[in-house]
Amino acid sequence: MLAYIIRRILQSVLVMLVVALVSFALFRFVGDPINSMVGQEATIADREALREQLGLNDPFLTQFATFIGRAVQGDFGISYRLQQPVMELILSRLPATLELALVSGLLAFVFGVGFGVYTALRRNGWLSNTIMTVSLIGVSLPTFLIGVLLIWVFAVELQWLPSFGRGDTVQIGNWTTGLLTPSGRASLVLPAITLGLYQMTLIMRLVRAEMLEVLRTDYIKFARARGLSNRAVHFGHALKNTMVPVITITGLQLGSIIAFAIITETVFQWPGVGALFINSVRFVDVPVMAAYLMLIALVFVIINLIVDLLYYVVDPRLRVDRAATRH
Amino acid sequence: MTDALLSVRNLRVEFPTRRGILTAIDDVSFDIMPGEVLGVVGESGAGKSLTGAAIIGLLEPPGRIAGGEILLKGQRIDDLDAESMRRIRGKRIGMVFQDPLTSLNPLYTVAQQLIETIRTHADLSEAEARARAIALLDRVGIPAAARRIDDYPHHFSGGMRQRVVIALALCAEPELVIADEPTTALDVSVQSQIIDLIKEICAERGAAVMLITHDMGVIAETADRVAVLYAGRLAEIGPVREVITAAEHPYTAGLMGSIPTLTQDNARLVQIPGAMPRLNAIPQGCAFNPRCERAFDRCFRDRPDPIDRGDGRKVACWLYDAAGVAAKEKADV
Repeated sequence: MLAYIIRRILQSVLVMLVVALVSFALFRFVGDPINSMVGQEATIADREALREQLGLNDPFLTQFATFIGRAVQGDFGISYRLQQPVMELILSRLPATLELALVSGLLAFVFGVGFGVYTALRRNGWLSNTIMTVSLIGVSLPTFLIGVLLIWVFAVELQWLPSFGRGDTVQIGNWTTGLLTPSGRASLVLPAITLGLYQMTLIMRLVRAEMLEVLRTDYIKFARARGLSNRAVHFGHALKNTMVPVITITGLQLGSIIAFAIITETVFQWPGVGALFINSVRFVDVPVMAAYLMLIALVFVIINLIVDLLYYVVDPRLRVDRAATRH
Repeated sequence: MTDALLSVRNLRVEFPTRRGILTAIDDVSFDIMPGEVLGVVGESGAGKSLTGAAIIGLLEPPGRIAGGEILLKGQRIDDLDAESMRRIRGKRIGMVFQDPLTSLNPLYTVAQQLIETIRTHADLSEAEARARAIALLDRVGIPAAARRIDDYPHHFSGGMRQRVVIALALCAEPELVIADEPTTALDVSVQSQIIDLIKEICAERGAAVMLITHDMGVIAETADRVAVLYAGRLAEIGPVREVITAAEHPYTAGLMGSIPTLTQDNARLVQIPGAMPRLNAIPQGCAFNPRCERAFDRCFRDRPDPIDRGDGRKVACWLYDAAGVAAKEKADV
């Protein structure tokens, strides 16, 4: 078990190094950052001085080593555009994105599993068929369109919910949260639905397919033959076996939720890191782009690690070492 | 026979398909007495397992009981609602499936599965149920039961898992155990141990056994009576000694002839020519007529009902009808 964790962590470090290389390459290949930092009237000498000051004339490996060394300490340099430390910028935006991602992930998981189980158990009911049909729409509509449609219906026509922003936030230490104010919660509803809808339908279809598969297995038949109640058979035996693959997918989806928050944040002008990234791309703000890339990679790597460990907790068959000592 | 534990009367199981209704079990009747071991034999697809599934109320849709009735101690159980039938499953009728590797839920320990089942059927505390589970595992021959009860199914070998399955099937002391090919998936060396275990433990508790198998050797050693199914119909039923030593239905005789023996020096085993008809192509008259060497005109015309031959023996064959006997004698001359 310990060896397994250490191996997994080493793999994660390797992945991060590769991503760091890509992020770093951005500096060299995405335009000349000097251009966006200085004004029209700067002389060539001014530019050279700035280039020297930023260390852009050092050899590649030196620059990369410096980059990694600083990145490990959380120093991604100064944003070209906003002239603030990148880490500070990202940290101030991160709570908004994480809250949005977690709430929509939670919504996707709860409703996805709920609907999935329901449609698997009532395979031919009219409600199941309705849910399945509607879910097709969820899978096929692009996220920005769903966002715009929701804004149109609930913000413009019905005027129930705000169409943009985060509402009032409360500062708790370094964390700004919108969950504690009514306007913050109201603002969260539409973006969370927009972001989570696709994931929800995905999880729902996965749960349904897995559950149908599991319900056909011998141990479910045997559980029925033992006279267990439907409740115990469906939720105790079938659902737990269904959850093994679902956990993996859901975990990985959480990563993509954070990554794909870019679109939703743009549509709803949500002040998160996704919106920050989009603006950085527009202004070739390479330090922010690089840091964002690293951050997303880190999130994926950590979630992957957690998912692998969860798998281990849920499925006793993976605990091989214990079985080996027993025989 | 009103004292029968289980009575199956004219059972008919159908599968509606796009091309019409397939009759998988057609007019099958038999009784199981309390404490008796009834062997049910037949080829794959003869309806053995389906009969078991129909009795315990676990036919998989679209399969359905289309006719006849099933009585447990005189009470009809084939038309019960789902909840009443659930109370009978496990509690009064236990079931052992073919493949012990897939019968147990891999994510729960043996203790969790046993305790759950015991507490479903008896009002016991967790600790009492656990004590009973350990005693049961011990009884079915799991060494160091108290320690191994907290293991997961994958920690056990196939034979051991089947012992666990038997413990699960017996944990609410059912009056009838349906064992559906309980040894087919096991090592040959373990098979007889499992069969002996089922026989012993059921005898000890006075439970009757319906032993579904295609292994005539197992039937010969274990069963009191044997029912032979062919293409969803009952071909012959009777006390096991008599059916084995003096099979009356030509199909049973063929089955017996196909068992190798050590005492006879057979150069070649007897084999029944042809194959069992598919459900959508059962011939008119007797289902066995295309393969029967002794078939005569009536066999191709009318379907034989089981004919009472005395001593609890019944044979569905026109050879034993009064007219058939005459025809046979004529043919013999």
